[in-house]
Amino acid sequence: MKGRIWGSRGSIASPGKDTRRYGGNTSCVELRPPGCDTVILDAGTGIRELGVRLVEEGAERMFLLLTHLHVDHLEGLGMFEPIWRPQTELHIWGPASPLASLEERIAMYFSPPLFPVHLSEVPAHIEYHDASESEWQIDGARFSSTAIIHPGPTVGYRIESRGRVLAYLTDHEPALGADLETDAPRWISGFGLAQGADVLIHDSQYTPEEYRTRFGWGHSTTEHVAQLARKAEIDRLMMFHHDPMHADDELERMRDDVIERWGVEDDRCTLAAEGTDFDV
Amino acid sequence: MARAPDQHNLILILARAFASNLATALFLFDAEGTVVYYNEAAERLTGRPFIEGAGTTAEEWMGRGNPLDEEGREIPIESLPLGVTILKREPAHGVTMFRTADGGYHRFENVTFPLFAHTEDFVGVVAIVWPLEDARP
Repeated sequence: MKGRIWGSRGSIASPGKDTRRYGGNTSCVELRPPGCDTVILDAGTGIRELGVRLVEEGAERMFLLLTHLHVDHLEGLGMFEPIWRPQTELHIWGPASPLASLEERIAMYFSPPLFPVHLSEVPAHIEYHDASESEWQIDGARFSSTAIIHPGPTVGYRIESRGRVLAYLTDHEPALGADLETDAPRWISGFGLAQGADVLIHDSQYTPEEYRTRFGWGHSTTEHVAQLARKAEIDRLMMFHHDPMHADDELERMRDDVIERWGVEDDRCTLAAEGTDFDV
Repeated sequence: MARAPDQHNLILILARAFASNLATALFLFDAEGTVVYYNEAAERLTGRPFIEGAGTTAEEWMGRGNPLDEEGREIPIESLPLGVTILKREPAHGVTMFRTADGGYHRFENVTFPLFAHTEDFVGVVAIVWPLEDARP
């Protein structure tokens, strides 16, 4: 599988001189499983540029997997050019809520006063799919989703194609529900999705010091992500959902911390950087 | 398999984290009625560390305490709050006499709730057991 990072920043878009190396756009990852139309992970501000590229390519069918509906994962959808074309067939997966359908919940953001146009006026053909505890297959690629720890309905995804596995668990605080060192894997949020992945894209928003005042906010530290990577026996880790207050130099220090805690060669841990391609 | 086959549902993971920090005895059952966790307060009450009770069915579990009503009559398992919640997926409560770790019978308030995930899937039961004043039949 080929992939590209279009946005890796958490919480709010953060362009500027301090974030040039890793980027300021919020969460969006493109994945191209062989033989499958484009898969898009989250619709943060990074999806705008991806949309331009997809229109240039003439893509008409695509799959958007939303982890949850916090604004930094949804705010780019209105500027995603393919949805303004009637020939586009867009399938959106996202977590269920007991109160409203996925479409109704997206429409809360995609309507006045937060957005000038209502979701129902979008010309593209959009189909909505519940992804809370699901497994499905598209064009030879296998997808699974599970609810994970983050405030509000949130899921992680696992995508398998031709024996290769990508796990995407952004906005995830597994340490809230378990001791990542000592608890059995079955009690660790997201473990089943991450287990044995060739590439794990995972929330790494905080340093352990910052976490002391951000406990329960739904994000992980360098310590947590190193523990999970080791326990789940993944091959490569891509640190993701960078804190908007962290400049590039700080992110690189956090990466060093993960490598030291995980105890692996430094090529197995990278910082997700906007505009970079990767292989799974 | 796309996922580890024995991964617990997130609701059970969060319930266990809650229970492990609670001073009140709490038992956690999965959707099949198997004990998947109980906390230290419950260990004190039963006299059994969780490691010995893990995997026990709710039926076996309730049978071990020889439950009686307040008049000392045996209670069918399906009439106990836990039985009601597992079978009907409804909350239930009641006062029950159980034999505890000291070998004697004691009165407990039992409160049981079904656990439903966001998709409204039934994923388990939480049972909170609150000791009342001592009494014997």
